[in-house]
This record gives sequence, C-alpha cells and structure tokens, in this order.
Amino acid sequence: MSIDRDEVRRIADLARLEIAGGDVDRMAKELSAVLDFVAALNELDLADCEPTSMVPAAASLRDDEPDGRRLTSEAALAAAPERERDFFLVPPVVENVNP
Amino acid sequence: MSANRWWGRPATTLAACVARGELSAEQAVESGWEAASTWEGDVHAVAHADATVRARAARTAPPGPLRGVPVIVKDNLCTAGDYPTTCGSRILAGYRAPYDATVIRRLRAAGAVLTAKGNMDEFAMGSSTEFSCYGPTRNPYDLTRVPGGSSGGPAAAVAYGLAPLGLGSDTGGSVRQPAAFCGVFGLKPTYGRLSRYGLVAFGSSLDQVGLFARHAGDVALLYSLLAGPDLRDATTRASPPPDVSAWDRGVKGLSFGWPENLWREGVEPEVVAALEEAAACLERAGARRVAFDFLPGTYAVATYYLVATAEASSNLARFDGVRYGPRAPSTDVWSLYVRSRSQGFGPEVKRRILLGTYALSAGYYDAFYLKAQRARTRIRREYQAAFGRCDFMLLPVAPTLAFRLGEKTTDPLAMYLSDIFTIGANLAGIPGLAVPLGLAGSGLPRAVQLVGPEDSEPTLLRAGRALEVRGEVARLGREHETEFPWPMKR
Repeated sequence: MSIDRDEVRRIADLARLEIAGGDVDRMAKELSAVLDFVAALNELDLADCEPTSMVPAAASLRDDEPDGRRLTSEAALAAAPERERDFFLVPPVVENVNP
Repeated sequence: MSANRWWGRPATTLAACVARGELSAEQAVESGWEAASTWEGDVHAVAHADATVRARAARTAPPGPLRGVPVIVKDNLCTAGDYPTTCGSRILAGYRAPYDATVIRRLRAAGAVLTAKGNMDEFAMGSSTEFSCYGPTRNPYDLTRVPGGSSGGPAAAVAYGLAPLGLGSDTGGSVRQPAAFCGVFGLKPTYGRLSRYGLVAFGSSLDQVGLFARHAGDVALLYSLLAGPDLRDATTRASPPPDVSAWDRGVKGLSFGWPENLWREGVEPEVVAALEEAAACLERAGARRVAFDFLPGTYAVATYYLVATAEASSNLARFDGVRYGPRAPSTDVWSLYVRSRSQGFGPEVKRRILLGTYALSAGYYDAFYLKAQRARTRIRREYQAAFGRCDFMLLPVAPTLAFRLGEKTTDPLAMYLSDIFTIGANLAGIPGLAVPLGLAGSGLPRAVQLVGPEDSEPTLLRAGRALEVRGEVARLGREHETEFPWPMKR
C-alpha cells in the first residue's frame, strides 16, 4: 500500500493542513511505510470480531446531568485571538452577500 | 547534594511531617526545587513554573492527605489560575485554561501543591519527549538519552526529585514507558477510573490519566485520591473504584502469566534479565508462574496507529485559530484554518493527523479504521483468555532501555514500535503498572510491566510492592519507606 504525492495533498486538504512542497515526498514515504506495517492486520482472522469503538464496560453512557457550574462568556473568550463584544471574530465566511 | 533532608522522601512521609508541623508546605515544595537547581538546567523536565505561584499555593494549601506535597503535572492537563496549558505545542502558545481538570481539582482539594507543568511530546504524540516546542527533555540518569515519552517531563522530574508525585497521560504507553526509562513507578489505570475532564483529548477511547511516583505506596495513595466517577466525564465508571489500601499485603497465592514468546527476539538482553529477576522475586514472595504464548504486539501497534490517529485527527480539528491560540493573519476563513494549523502543529502531529484522516476518508474507512476496530475486539479477547489463566501478566515495558536522543526521530515506525508492549492495555481498557527494578550495568534504569484485567489495580500494586522490596517477604508490613535509588553523582 503506498500513498503518492497527490494523495498526500488530498488528505492534507481534508485535514486543513498545508505540507510544504519539499516535505510532500518525505511525508508520502513515511505514511506509506506505516500503511505497509498496518497491513499486518490482514494476517488476523477477524471474521467473528465485531468492531470495538470503546471498552464496553465504560461505554454505558448516562443522561446528561446539569450541575450548575458553567463557564462565563468572558472566561470562554479570554483566550480568543480576536473578538468583538461577546463573539469570536473571524474573516467573512459567506461570500457574495448583496446588501 | 544534598544537605536537604526532605529531598527524595515519599509523598506519604512529606505529608505526615507537614501534618505534624515538622516542616512547612513551602519547605516541602522548595526542597524539590533545591534538587532542580542542580539538575533542571540539564534535564529540562519543566515546561512552566513560577516561584510566586507555587509559594502562594503552598501557603494556602488546605488540610488533606497530601497537604504540602509537591506534584508535577503534564502540560496537557488544564490548570486554571496558575500555569499555561499548552500541550508542548505552538498552537496553544500562552493558552491559559479557564477551568481545572477534575484530577487537578481533586489534587488541590487533597492539599497538594502544583509545583510545575511537565514537558511532553506535542499533544502526547511521541515516545521520547523530543517532539516538544520547548525542546527535548533528557534522561536524568544519562543526559545523552531520552526520558521516554510522551510524559517524559513529569517522569524525569519525579526521578530526580523535583516532586515525589506526578501526573501524565497514557494513550499507548506514555506514562509507563517514561516511568521505565526514568526508574520510577508509572500506573495507567483501568479506562474510566480517572476522569478525563480537562485532559486535552488525543485518542478519547484510549486516553487515561496516569500516575508517577517513586514508591508503590505513593501510587496507591494517589490512586485512592483521584479515582472515581465524575459527572463531567460520561466515560467514567459509576461504581466505586477498587480499594488499593492493601497494596502492602504481598503476593502469596497470586499467579502471574509469563508469555515468553513475546521476548524471544527483538528485546534487549537487559530487559529479559529484568523479567527473569522479577519472576524470581515474585515466586520467592509466594506467587506462581504460568507460562503461555500471547499474541505478538505488532498487531496491537498496527491497530493503535489506525485507531489513535483517527481519533486524533477528529479531536485536533478544534485547533483552528478561532477560539484560542495564535492566529495566522488571513483574509478568508479557509486560509485562517490552514495557516494557523500548519504553523502551529509540529511534524509528528501533522503526520498523525494525516494518517488518521486517511484511515477515516471515503474509500479507506472499511479497509483501515473498521478493520482496526475489529482487531481491537480480537486483542481484548486475547487478554480475557489470558486472565482466565492468571491474575496478572509480567511483561516488558519497552523492548529497550532508554535510547539515545535523535536515535528514532527520523524513523517514525521505529519510534512507534517502542510502545509494542504497552499499547495492548490501552486497546483493551485494562490497567498496567511500570515497576522500576534497579539499574543495569550501563547505569540506566531497568523496569518490568504488570498488566491485569479491569480494576486489578489492587493486585498490580501488591505485586509492584513485592518487587519494590525484591520479594523480601520479611520486609512487608514494616516501615513503608524504602531507599530512594537515585545515584546522585554531583
């Protein structure tokens, strides 16, 4: 199993990452090596194995229970790189808006 | 070193002396920093510290079983009002959490003093603490070697005596492996026993807060104070955690698994020697050895590097330059995300996000992620079958003793394989304890790992204690304090 340069760029786009031009080849090589390694799983007989996403005993989730403690908006905004009043400020998200 | 008679003492001893008024909480905390003045410059275990902050915390520490006892916690545990929480990453530079993690709240309520935040591999991704934006931590036993990772900072600091206790996080071995490399105890509890609230998420189905201490009794005390259900973490178990107060009871009548096939090749002779010595100790103390073959760890590593990276790619999507951390200047939101993330994350984090994104992406999901989840079931069954035959298993922690800085940073797969004996416990949700076993001829710490079924912490601690006193049954039940093994040469 191998990943080529285009595949690295495609995954990087999905992950909102930019891989510098010179690093794409190295990343393709390293990821391919890891995929070759995980191919070992094909040696296991997994026919009767249902997928485990969590350890079952711990996955018995309960209903939410409000406990009264909450974060103020001031505390939540304290680390914001840019803010305006009680909002996180970002560049325009919607394009071509006609007033 | 050292005129400081408090340095290197167990947490239980320090807390008792503070409670009796023989020393103040400030003195207890500063005794560790006296050691740091000699060692910290070279070891670099600390990511964030502040003398004023810790003095204030010591003065105001409430009465409790850990009053005045210094604790170093990993930089991925949220602490409010004292230190930054940055996960060793530029993407969280300067970030201060608005709340305490539950384990931090419980520590403070018990009277403990946060003496520093410990260095770590960025977002807990690494096995050597070389992937930190603050630079590497070094092994206090040999400065040319790594302390292990990803919780290398707390492990090294507990080893050289900055604090008798530390907290880390263990997703694939990140507490047990650095504990082994630095010669201290390291416990990864049963999944769901310690709250993950306020632990910055990496692989949510695998992450568990882990404990460092130099003595088995200190691990037991710390576990008893931190374990238990938490309304803020729905994955914590509702039942009361197991009682570990009988940690000093010995191992008479217990049986331990001996899956020798796992170390017939690819494991350093010193590691095998430690296993044989540990088995002999346990037998001398009255435990019985049960030999059987076990599934090779390569399958666990393969499973882990799909499951953990998939979960990481999802968890780390929240770091996008919008709500916290530095933001790259941008005129549109797409480049704000891409630039902030690309400048903020280091190479190993990017590698794992890409791998996880790939494993989850359309067309590959079944072949990789789903297959890994099935393999996880197979691995869990393998452990269940083993624990039908023994109370716990004796295993290596890592295939080698502490390796050299730079030895594995250019070969990701080689680095991943240093977790081959620890990853299985995370996949199965079961506890593992790294137990120090003295020094090899080379002067590097040796260790073994004890792995048991869910909620077997009491058994693991009993066995860990038996190894701490080298199977000398006669010493059990006497004064808990054993000699601090640090071979201070300065």
